Amino acid sequence: MDLDFTEEENAFRDEVRDFAREKLPADIHHKVMNGLHLTRDDYVSWQRALFARGWGGVSWPKEFGGPGWSATELYIFEEECAAAGAPRLIPFGLRMLAPVLMAFGSRAQQERFLPKIMSAEEWWCQGYSEPGAGSDLASLRTRAENCGDHYRVTGQKTWTTLGQYADWMFCLVRTDSEVKPQRGISFLLIDMKSPGITVRPIITLDGGHEVNEVWLEDVRVPMENRVGEENQGWSYAKFLLGHERTNIAGIGIAKRELAHLKRVAKAEMKNARPLLEDPLFAAKVAQVEVDLMALEITNLRVLSTEKMGPEASILKIKGSEIQQDISELLMQAAGPYAQPFAANYCNQRKLSIYGGSNEIQRNIISQMMLGL
Amino acid sequence: MDFGLSEEQQQFVDTLGRFVARDYGFARRRTIVDSQEGWSKEVWQSLADLGVLAINVPEKYGGLGFGPVETMLAMNVFGAALLVEPYLSSAVIATSLLCDIAGESVKAELLPRLAGGERIAVLAHFEPASRFVIAHVECSARKDGERYVLEGQKAAVLDAPAAGHLLVSARTSGLPDDDTGVSLFLVSRDSPGLVLREFPTLDGGRAAEVLLNKVSVPASARLGGEGEAMPAIERALDIGLSALCAEAVGAMKALQNATIEYLKTRSQFDQPIGRFQVLQHRAADMLIHFEQAQSMSYLAAMRCTAENTLERRRMLSAAKVVVGQACRFIAQSAVQLHGGMGMTDELMVSHWFKRLTMIESTFGDSDSHLQRFAELAS
Repeated sequence: MDLDFTEEENAFRDEVRDFAREKLPADIHHKVMNGLHLTRDDYVSWQRALFARGWGGVSWPKEFGGPGWSATELYIFEEECAAAGAPRLIPFGLRMLAPVLMAFGSRAQQERFLPKIMSAEEWWCQGYSEPGAGSDLASLRTRAENCGDHYRVTGQKTWTTLGQYADWMFCLVRTDSEVKPQRGISFLLIDMKSPGITVRPIITLDGGHEVNEVWLEDVRVPMENRVGEENQGWSYAKFLLGHERTNIAGIGIAKRELAHLKRVAKAEMKNARPLLEDPLFAAKVAQVEVDLMALEITNLRVLSTEKMGPEASILKIKGSEIQQDISELLMQAAGPYAQPFAANYCNQRKLSIYGGSNEIQRNIISQMMLGL
Repeated sequence: MDFGLSEEQQQFVDTLGRFVARDYGFARRRTIVDSQEGWSKEVWQSLADLGVLAINVPEKYGGLGFGPVETMLAMNVFGAALLVEPYLSSAVIATSLLCDIAGESVKAELLPRLAGGERIAVLAHFEPASRFVIAHVECSARKDGERYVLEGQKAAVLDAPAAGHLLVSARTSGLPDDDTGVSLFLVSRDSPGLVLREFPTLDGGRAAEVLLNKVSVPASARLGGEGEAMPAIERALDIGLSALCAEAVGAMKALQNATIEYLKTRSQFDQPIGRFQVLQHRAADMLIHFEQAQSMSYLAAMRCTAENTLERRRMLSAAKVVVGQACRFIAQSAVQLHGGMGMTDELMVSHWFKRLTMIESTFGDSDSHLQRFAELAS
């Protein structure tokens, strides 16, 4: 039993740290460290810097142009990038669609789409949720009619994150409504410039525009843009959800935000002392910190098995709760000047809702891990 | 990074597991708890024969020379079985402390006998006014020619009734909260002036209030330099804290398993109660607490002998907070999910509940460790 990283892993950590220090533009660093809004270009320029270094497909195997890192190396990479104040990697193409294409896509699809994901030439969004299909995703109703050489797609997708920037959308559609809901779903790749697509912003409680509604009206999708077989989309979707869960604990981001919280709480004064020395407040910060220490080791325990099963639900629940706690304390620390942090606090409510709400995660734990 | 066990460690766990399954069942334990002494010499000898008492004794003194990881594995098993014998007090804390601080002659005399099960020793350190502050020592040791005279009171010393020797901390100089000025003395149970007021503890253990009424000991009973015992006491208590966390993890796992089993078998409204989502979610939260506690127990075991004192204390306090809070949550939830049956003496559940409740407040409760962590955190 050994809790330390190997010498090679520590050398790798230094390499990532040096890279981030050298290549991350100062203005992006500043925005991330202060929780400010990032533009499309900010995300793209960081992804391109990684691509130039040969790290564009961070989680990908070598045969598809990735660095072929182990789960532990990937964890170290993410932790260092978060600490350096790098933007999060936009996961839709990189972490969600790419593994599906590698496993189920045609050679032509792999060659057409994967390189442009890695180089950030094309931005992807996710067409999963619908107004009537959230936690119960299989009840989705967007229809795709098979017209021989193409599908005609009509319906509505929602909560489409950063869809306003997207060039492409991977989309779950119903191709058979006569069978059990899970059996009649197909997985399509849709060009967002196609006639019949309308993207409308959804303004969230923090005042931000991050998510969208996507309306599809008789959108023509060529047959070659279907991934895998018709009506087998649900199994690809489940496969994707498994990959969505890597880095789900968000340890690096939580560490960075905790450091931010401590900086603010040291600067803010209460009774002529730094707020961080106030026993009540200090206890709250300490509680988050010990929870995060425990989650970090829990995460490493899961990583050391090199397979992500239902344990991911534990990481998701605790990781989201810890990040929410930190955002709440950050707001509290600012006291009457809470306005700059309140938006972040509001926005972080999403963490326990998306990617399978924390209640759904508890269902998964009780069924898959406890056998209830 | 490696969370696996070696083959030798796994064999060790299996052997201990077979021992408690065969010789330390619920009925046997009850007989032991209800006995006059409250622990079993026979069991103690079996533990010696299995080599468990020798884990923390160096090979030079007839021990195995293992460390905190093997101690953790043993404590996992003992936690599940709710072993009441003074393992933590004697074989972990007092043994580690003697190895650390005692002179050659005392080590050669005592360590082989501790490993062999012939002697039991216990650290008597905390006091009525110290609460959980390790440095707070009011007991005094006054130099009297070639002897020391000890005076004062040690509070709720766990397993003291079973011990032939007490390791007593007392101040040879300084004020109650000073880090220096504390010395450690090896005091025989039959010393004149040493009074033990014995009492049972909530969880079936035994403890005593230890009164030192002008107890006179020879200068050779002082272990380590005069006034220099505190760092060694802290090191031994940190090793003990790690072991305690491991005991908690063993008990929580067993209690968690018993609770899941009950949810699957107890039927109400024509279905197993584990089908009800509100109970499922509580069970899921128990598992989350358990996994977090397991992680911190690993951290404690692998860091409890670290050289850097501040970092070591910070990690151990963090571990005790997470483990202590898990103890509370899992114990309370297990009783709640068992309903009325969880309240009865008849099920093991209530006994795990009581032990976990005790562990939460042993060597510092969650609040005191959270505070210490906050003070040590950067």
